[in-house]
Amino acid sequence: MGAGHGGALTARYVGGTTRVHRLEPHVKLVAVLAFALVVVATPVHAAWAPAAYAGYLVVVLAVAAVARVRPGRLARGLVVELPFVAFALLLPFVTAGPRVEVLGLAVSRSGLETGGGLLAKATLSVLAATVLAVTTEPRALLRGLQRLRLPAVLVQILMFMIRYADVVTGELQRMRVARESRGFRARGAAGLRVLGATAGSLFVRSYERGERVHLAMLSRGYDGHLRTGPAAAVRPRAWATALTLPVAAAAVLTAGFVLG
Amino acid sequence: MHVPDGFLDPATSVATGALAVGVVALAIRRAERELDDRAAPLAGLTAAFVFAAQMINFPVAGGTSGHLIGAVLTAVLVGPWTAILCMTVVLLVQAVLFADGGLTALGTNVTLMAVVSVVLGYGVFRLLTAVLPRTRGGLLAAAATAAFLSVPAAALAFVALFAVGGVAGVPLGAVAAAMGGVHLLIGVGEAAITVAVLGAVLAVRPDLVHGATHLHQAAPLQSRAEPVGAGITR
Repeated sequence: MGAGHGGALTARYVGGTTRVHRLEPHVKLVAVLAFALVVVATPVHAAWAPAAYAGYLVVVLAVAAVARVRPGRLARGLVVELPFVAFALLLPFVTAGPRVEVLGLAVSRSGLETGGGLLAKATLSVLAATVLAVTTEPRALLRGLQRLRLPAVLVQILMFMIRYADVVTGELQRMRVARESRGFRARGAAGLRVLGATAGSLFVRSYERGERVHLAMLSRGYDGHLRTGPAAAVRPRAWATALTLPVAAAAVLTAGFVLG
Repeated sequence: MHVPDGFLDPATSVATGALAVGVVALAIRRAERELDDRAAPLAGLTAAFVFAAQMINFPVAGGTSGHLIGAVLTAVLVGPWTAILCMTVVLLVQAVLFADGGLTALGTNVTLMAVVSVVLGYGVFRLLTAVLPRTRGGLLAAAATAAFLSVPAAALAFVALFAVGGVAGVPLGAVAAAMGGVHLLIGVGEAAITVAVLGAVLAVRPDLVHGATHLHQAAPLQSRAEPVGAGITR
């Protein structure tokens, strides 16, 4: 985190020049959101649902391959859903309804379907969102959200957060080094007091920095609006490329409804 | 722990999304009134602080450690409307940059962690500060209770959403008991961390604590006979 260029928010981003990297950020955001919507719309109790999940998986892995996202990175992205894996694994045992035998255990059929469905849907969406995060710089994502008409105040707050997250986490990192070089080990109530003071002074420093930034901006003519240049026109080809992901997923879903 | 895509049915996701959009729109107006054109830099830096503070692992009783969620702490520090914006921005960053919390479930996550936690937590805080003695101890006790309650409240709100738009056939009582029980423990950690951080800020810059404005007393205007500065020897 101490490295100049990396940082807390760019932890996921990996630079590249693939077709996925070059797409406009708001186009990618729409594509990933649409993909998630298609995945969520899949009925869990349909007999063909597992086949549809497999189809989506092929689609999203193909996009990841085009973007040259390493499998390890995709797998690391999945760590966030661990608490829900536990929940999904419990479902077959606690849900009411007719039972089926799986590996010698009597589990609820409906619980198995819904638990599996939840797990599959969450995993697929996280994979797609991980491809987005790996191929898009935080600042580019901010521009994308701006073009998608996120309110101007939220865009500005996000901009300051993205700009200063590295500064603030760097400050935290230096405080940690200072603490530990003085022999601090977080233990018990005394540790809580010390870490509380750390977070407290981190807040004071962040807030005061915000005040200084505001004054510096005022002295440069800030009036509550940030001027950005005209947005570049998006080629229809870019939309066509990006929407391949949700359209392919929608094709899988439609095939499921028609054939299943 | 954020709700992923596909956990709740579309109707529930759309409803919580609409609620989140409405509350955030209101919060933008109120925060601009609270902070005028300072809103963006101050809320942005506070959001960066919340993001960083969530990375600190605090030791909590019995050798376990936990991290801050920060809804009540932020509300007491910078005011509820700004806090809603900060928590929303943090959740948005976690969803688009870290794939943590589904994009279609963003409205649900904002409703649970930015709206329910902040509104309920800050409501409890204000109620208690009105009742408790107007001292530092009273303020910290009110913040501790509010922080403690905000965590199981968000968890139970999730269970309620799950009951409306989740999986059918799951014994809801068991889910509510499990979620409530686990989050009571997390709430104890949240309360301890909130008090530790708030106490530290109160010690150095009490004027920055939005929820402590009632503790300040304007210094009475003093008139002095001899000219000020005559006796300065430093």
